[in-house]
Amino acid sequence: MLINEFLLLGAALFAIGVYGVLARRNGVMVLMSIELILNAVNINLVAFGALHQDVVGQVFALFVITVAAAEVGVGLAIVLLLYRNRQSIDLDEVDSMSG
Amino acid sequence: MILHWVFLMPAIMAASFVAILAFGKKLPRKGSEIGIAAVLLCIGIAVFSAGTWIGHVNDAHHSAAAPEKVTQEAETGNGQAVAAGEIESPVAPITTEVTWFEIGGQKFTVGTLVDGLSVMMFLVVTIISALVHIYSTEYVGGDRRYTHYYAFLSLFTASMLMLVMSRNTVQFITSWELVGLCSFALIGHWWEEKPNSDAALKAFLTNRVGDVGLMVGMITLFWASGSFDILRINQMANAGDIEHLLLLVAACSLVAAVMSKSGQFILHTWLPDAMAGPTPVSALIHAATMVVAGIFMVARFYSVFFHGLSIGDGNLNLLAIVGGVTVLGGAGLAFVQNDIKKVLAYSTVSQLGYMVMALGIGAWTAALFHLFTHAFFKAGLFLGSGSVAHSVHSFDMKQDMGGMKKVMPRTWATFMVCTGALIGIFPLAGFWSKDEILTGGHMLGTNNSYEIFMVVGIIGAFMTAAYMTRCIYLTFYGEPRGAAADPHHHIHEHGKAILYPLYVLAFMAVVAGFANWPFGPDSLKLRFEHYVQPVGDYFPAVGALEFNVYIALISSAIGLLGIAVAYAYWFRGAFHGATEKSRVARAGHTLLVNKYYFDHLYTGVIAAGTAGPVARAANWINQNVIDGAVNGTAYLARRAAHVMYDDVDQKVVDGIVNGSGAGAEGSGQLLRKLQSGKVQQYGALLFGGAVLLAGVLVFTL
Repeated sequence: MLINEFLLLGAALFAIGVYGVLARRNGVMVLMSIELILNAVNINLVAFGALHQDVVGQVFALFVITVAAAEVGVGLAIVLLLYRNRQSIDLDEVDSMSG
Repeated sequence: MILHWVFLMPAIMAASFVAILAFGKKLPRKGSEIGIAAVLLCIGIAVFSAGTWIGHVNDAHHSAAAPEKVTQEAETGNGQAVAAGEIESPVAPITTEVTWFEIGGQKFTVGTLVDGLSVMMFLVVTIISALVHIYSTEYVGGDRRYTHYYAFLSLFTASMLMLVMSRNTVQFITSWELVGLCSFALIGHWWEEKPNSDAALKAFLTNRVGDVGLMVGMITLFWASGSFDILRINQMANAGDIEHLLLLVAACSLVAAVMSKSGQFILHTWLPDAMAGPTPVSALIHAATMVVAGIFMVARFYSVFFHGLSIGDGNLNLLAIVGGVTVLGGAGLAFVQNDIKKVLAYSTVSQLGYMVMALGIGAWTAALFHLFTHAFFKAGLFLGSGSVAHSVHSFDMKQDMGGMKKVMPRTWATFMVCTGALIGIFPLAGFWSKDEILTGGHMLGTNNSYEIFMVVGIIGAFMTAAYMTRCIYLTFYGEPRGAAADPHHHIHEHGKAILYPLYVLAFMAVVAGFANWPFGPDSLKLRFEHYVQPVGDYFPAVGALEFNVYIALISSAIGLLGIAVAYAYWFRGAFHGATEKSRVARAGHTLLVNKYYFDHLYTGVIAAGTAGPVARAANWINQNVIDGAVNGTAYLARRAAHVMYDDVDQKVVDGIVNGSGAGAEGSGQLLRKLQSGKVQQYGALLFGGAVLLAGVLVFTL
């Protein structure tokens, strides 16, 4: 089985996701990038599950999707509140945690 | 069996002590009801255990004797008795034991040891204590420390019961000190007056002198026998397993303890002063129970004394000599006292001398029998004197009494009965017990070596008769004087709480002597000796006594002569002016009034003689040695403090503190730049870290 392609796809998705999380200033885009990272992980889980003929990989991926759905719900709520308070979702302006 | 449960008695009394202290004041009778209930319960246990012990002795003889020799004696109520004349079979004492604590592999135990001696003491202690408890409700009633008084009566009874059932020497010493403590507290009951607290201190300190002897003796016995067990010590002493020299040392040391506790010459001086306490206390502690602790100790460790002092060989020994001197010395002092309680106190000293003397010549049963009878009639005399004094509010016979017979006929009657018993008039209690001691002096020893003590005893009997006649004359006869003559005093007989104990004690003064009735069939004869004197390997082979009618007649005649002489002197006024006319009589009188100068010797010579130099030496040491040491230490401390402050504190400690502060600030300033608040920067650091870790993982594995 050509697992390398799956792993390469996962790695590419992960790299794109990391770039999005670190570089994008739009909060919604950051959330979408997190989804990319999670899906990169899912691809890896399913690929390794298939490699080992083990259903656990797919089960785990399903769990990750569920958790990701919850997580993105919370994330979108935060972004929504952010917009309501500041009329902006630019993450560079959100630095009230500064020490 | 009840004899395993006798520890309940001290336990009950100790619980009563705690209960009275805890909530006695809130009760309607201020705590006395707890004490009285507890002590009545103890009488029940004591009587029950006495009955059980009699059964136990009968069983031991029963199983030892052949069945056909046993004669049924229904009239004694004691079941079956063995025909006397045959060898007495051993009666095992009943013992219990629990471990108290353990140090270095040496177990310390507490327990009970019940034999005839303990059972006899249970009866004496509980009965006298109960009567004193009842008597005190009226005598001490309304006192400001009424509750505390009852608490200490309870504690005393508990300690005394513990003492007489002691299983080992440690327990014995503990209880011995506890009764001393209670004596101290009760003598000083009215401590607001200086003489009372002085008397309490004197009693306590004099007893400490004897306690040194007690400790030395008991430690010697422990090293000699390797055991604290009283039975084992006695068995070893009896079997000759302890060197004679060690026994002699132990016995002589213990005699010192007897001298202080039982008021023997030359440590008797505290006992008359102890009369400063309330009269019921004098009756309980300083006549009937605590002062006989010394006698009890000799009786309990009799094998040690018997072999250590070679009593069995008929030697003149320390114990007998101390007792003999005390008989005469105490009786002599009783003549010149004007305080009725002091007459009785010296009489007690003298009677205790009889007991010690009897033990010293090997008449064990006679001594303990005298202890038994004396407890009742002397307690009766004390309570009677308290009854009189309670009316006239004074103890001074010459100043405030006289003619009391008319106003207090019931007290007079009991006092007369008890006096008769003390003098030894047939057939009252004292006659039988004193006669046994005299018989012992006649029969025991080798080559009549103890005959001298019989003579001492007879002279003592004469003196006893004379001073008691004087006491009775001054108190109950003649013209009323002072407070007794004062119409404002309304002198009258007291209530039931005072009179009933007097009746009981007078009754006992009549019948207690029959406990060792020397006549009749074997089942009636010498019952006291039969049930009280131990038989077994822990008790030495003391000589048996037989009633001697000549001695009885002589001592009775001498006693009557004493009464007659005293009667002629005081009632009829014969030989008056003897002290004025005769220099010898005057010198003797002065000597007696000054109590043989013992108090002068102790306070003036010994105490002052040691106190002066000791104080001066202490002062010198204080000024030069201790002050120097203190000043030097202070100087050194100041120097050290300076060094500490300038160098260590300012430089090192402050440096560390300031340095760490500055370091924390600097690093904080550096690190705060990282805290930009920008989530993406944090994320970048996170991923950077993860990459780093991944790199490490990849390249090192």
